Amino acid sequence: MTRPLIMGAVAYAPKVVTIWEGFKEYFRRHDFEFDYILYSNYERQVEAQFDGKLDIAWNSPLAWVRAERMARARGQSVRAVAMRDTDCDLASVLVVRSYSDIAQTATVDSSGDLSSLVGKVIGFGAIDSPQANLIPLDHLRTRGLIAGRDYTARRFDLLSGKHGDHIGGERDAALALMAGEIDAAWMIDGNHIAFSREGILPAGATCIVARTGAYDHCNFTASPGAQSELVDRFVELLLGMAWDNPEVRPLLELEGLKAWRLGRTSGYSLLERAVNDENFYDDKGSILAGDYRY
Amino acid sequence: MPAIIDIENLGLDAGAHLLIKHGLSSVPVGGEISVTGNAPGWEVQLSAWCRSQGHPLTFADGQASIIRSDIHAGRWRGAISSGHADPQNEGAVHEHALPCYGLAARGATIEAGSPEFSFRLNQKHVVWTDNAAELYAQAVAAQWDPDQAIDWNAPFDLADEVEDAVAQVMTYMIENENAALVVPARFLGQMHPHFREVQAVLAIQVADEARHIDVFTRRLRLRGREPALSTAGGQASLKTLLDETDFSVAGFLLSVLGEGTFVSLLNFLHAHAPDPVTRQIARLAARDEARHVAFGMAHLLHRLEFEPEFRSRLSQAVESRYEALSGTSGLNEEVFDALILLAAGEFTPAAIATGYTRVQTLMTDMAEGRLARLLRLGFEGQNAQRLSALHTRNFM
Repeated sequence: MTRPLIMGAVAYAPKVVTIWEGFKEYFRRHDFEFDYILYSNYERQVEAQFDGKLDIAWNSPLAWVRAERMARARGQSVRAVAMRDTDCDLASVLVVRSYSDIAQTATVDSSGDLSSLVGKVIGFGAIDSPQANLIPLDHLRTRGLIAGRDYTARRFDLLSGKHGDHIGGERDAALALMAGEIDAAWMIDGNHIAFSREGILPAGATCIVARTGAYDHCNFTASPGAQSELVDRFVELLLGMAWDNPEVRPLLELEGLKAWRLGRTSGYSLLERAVNDENFYDDKGSILAGDYRY
Repeated sequence: MPAIIDIENLGLDAGAHLLIKHGLSSVPVGGEISVTGNAPGWEVQLSAWCRSQGHPLTFADGQASIIRSDIHAGRWRGAISSGHADPQNEGAVHEHALPCYGLAARGATIEAGSPEFSFRLNQKHVVWTDNAAELYAQAVAAQWDPDQAIDWNAPFDLADEVEDAVAQVMTYMIENENAALVVPARFLGQMHPHFREVQAVLAIQVADEARHIDVFTRRLRLRGREPALSTAGGQASLKTLLDETDFSVAGFLLSVLGEGTFVSLLNFLHAHAPDPVTRQIARLAARDEARHVAFGMAHLLHRLEFEPEFRSRLSQAVESRYEALSGTSGLNEEVFDALILLAAGEFTPAAIATGYTRVQTLMTDMAEGRLARLLRLGFEGQNAQRLSALHTRNFM
């Protein structure tokens, strides 16, 4: 038996086991030996990429940023080899109640006036969530609004270390918004629609007053020194997973994609800047955020 | 010039995706539609939606352009057609109902990769009859409410001995109706929903029996009695019905032979029970039981038409049941005596003589009914006589 490719993934929800067991079966059907190790948080998973434990890791965008910094600091390199179609060009949106004073004055245009947010309480997701904390904080900062000075940031911190994959923080913020406990809440664009489908955000009761620029989400990150033949075959099999195939469609649905794409690194610049500005990691990938527990 | 869908001020958090989907359905894969709107943030919502659906999207001059992708249609490639809702249509009911049809409505288009359900009864000829829908419709129309249909306050006054006899007969009826409820209920859970007409017949049959058990119990308690005696032999006879795993054989033993015989018993009670309440109950229950017999007969006629050799399997079932019960006493003495007393109506020698004769006539009626049904199912004369005689002495 050839050596299996070992992949790391973070267990942010029970379905993660179902997903990777399904993938393992799919790879085995194609004579490709594959196994996975589950981590409770992305920090330890990224560190394992440098200990020789993992050939590849299914990384959050923040984990990618850290892996890339750690590799660079060591004179090594990591590669983003594949991602989901739904990982490309996401945006986060700032949602308010439709009849609030903010809704009356703000515009969604990125150059628009956000002065109505001054003095307000804004809800953010988990401390390590790129989409509901870091990129939104950065978005407001670049428009002159600093948390603690111009507005009050209320964090809905849930399951730190999962980099916001568990969308509970965004959901709690949405609930607090509707309960009138906060004035605005950040969430991924798709979650705004998802929360309205769930009934958390009644139709027409909220509106979007700001959106971030586009950014990319997760990717499969090949570890430094990973055997390229193994990684290439892994990617080839991933790209061969067709939505039309009823055997793999349930896995794709669970993982939230229609098709795998080759990895790209052009969509992480907003997060890179946010990580610096919010002092989350230093340029070697060391953790700076003092109140981050994982 | 692509069609323009104006979602106006409707957001995608409020249902605008329906307008867009409708627009996309009007162009071929690779075709393009334009979308415009004025709800705050509609563009970012549209981006999220298109990303989740796999449709490429671009913006220019305040207008969105969506290319219809074929990814979403992929779900229905390899989908399976599961017949038609109307059983009269050609190919409506499949001979083999596939495990992957699952709980889907017959006629639905079923996504490939749907979970497989192991419904044991998945062969049409093993469960089907063409008039199942009609029998179900009749059953629905003939449902009755015990509070409306029976005059529970009708005056009567029976001697204690006769009232005790009524309680004993009711005890026996309840026991038998429990079997008549459990047997179809067990098959109901194993029946592939593809055969929905048969499923419906079984379901209403179960409901009929639940009502019978209720009214027999209410009659039993009407004058303050508790249920009386239950014998080992009686229960052994009923247990053989529950032990039968073949749907058609169970239907033959329970409905054609057992419930058929029970119809005679209920008609007897309707004619000779000593009080108006028992007579009303018996009349209504007999009507229901006659439908159960009709379904059993129709199904067996259908199966025998396609599989005439199945007749010998039915003969064997009667014989084995007879042998299995050979060590038991059959109908309990208390029930037999109670029937005589009940038909006598009074505790006097003259009345008892009448009651005895009536029960003898009942036995003859039961045997003749069984024989007629066996002949109808194509058993030849002598064999039909023999099988009828081998039927359990417990009636059901």
